[in-house]
Amino acid sequence: MPTAAGVEARLPIRSDMDLVWVRQHVRQAAAQLGFGLVDQTKLVTAASELARNTLVHGGGGLMEASHVTTGGADGLRLAFSDSGPGIPDLDRALSDGYTSGGGLGMGLGGARRLVHDFEVESVPGSGTTVRVTSWVTRPPRQREDV
Amino acid sequence: MSEGFARPVAGHVPVLRLGDVLLVTLQGDLYDSTAHQLQQDLSETIARNGVTGVVIDISGVEIVDSFLGRVLAETAAQTELLAARTVVAGMRPAVAITLVELGLTLPGLRTALTTEAAMELLAQPIVTSRSGGMREESP
Repeated sequence: MPTAAGVEARLPIRSDMDLVWVRQHVRQAAAQLGFGLVDQTKLVTAASELARNTLVHGGGGLMEASHVTTGGADGLRLAFSDSGPGIPDLDRALSDGYTSGGGLGMGLGGARRLVHDFEVESVPGSGTTVRVTSWVTRPPRQREDV
Repeated sequence: MSEGFARPVAGHVPVLRLGDVLLVTLQGDLYDSTAHQLQQDLSETIARNGVTGVVIDISGVEIVDSFLGRVLAETAAQTELLAARTVVAGMRPAVAITLVELGLTLPGLRTALTTEAAMELLAQPIVTSRSGGMREESP
């Protein structure tokens, strides 16, 4: 049974070294909650994209990781927040190929495809928070009476 | 901390020379600065030694995000301009699945399943589509 310890965390995002800690924490937390290898890889990759956005576009910030449950399913929620300039045109920022930071423009839209739930709150001039959640999908249980 | 997750590598990634080929093995999690440094080191080593191929083994890499994907694609493009070919070897299946979902298919990147297969690929002569067109012009 997964426990909150080892999953819950608040990690600063201030340098590319912090990106490494974010990835390591998400990998560890996802493994602990029972995510499979492909889902772990997707979550860590999404976290890396979002943490880099926080660093490059938001001027730094933090990631909060938490264990969430619904109807007996375990999930991992990651919130990336910064107090940077915000995203003026959210629809455009979510479309593929859009970039303002010299990247490939896959960050936000790409990260959205790698997780189950995705929400962005952005206030121009005061910051951006991106919250993503993925749920552990377990193989269907065998019926015990057959 | 976590088991089986290699410590991040700071500074330089070793570049080994095997005849005409440079071999680089990426392990675990890289700092962005380390990836940039590698890109520079490779270009300089190719220009200095006149090697014709580069193999980047990423079998020890657990995630490739758009940053590392871009570094790999740019490295391949740079080496191409320096008359060398780059092959990325050993991508993990979970990484390939994630990259496609991310929208990063890296069409220009040559890949091989293992370092051995990458070396064989580099040993083959270069076939360009242009040579076919030129033959038609000759009488």
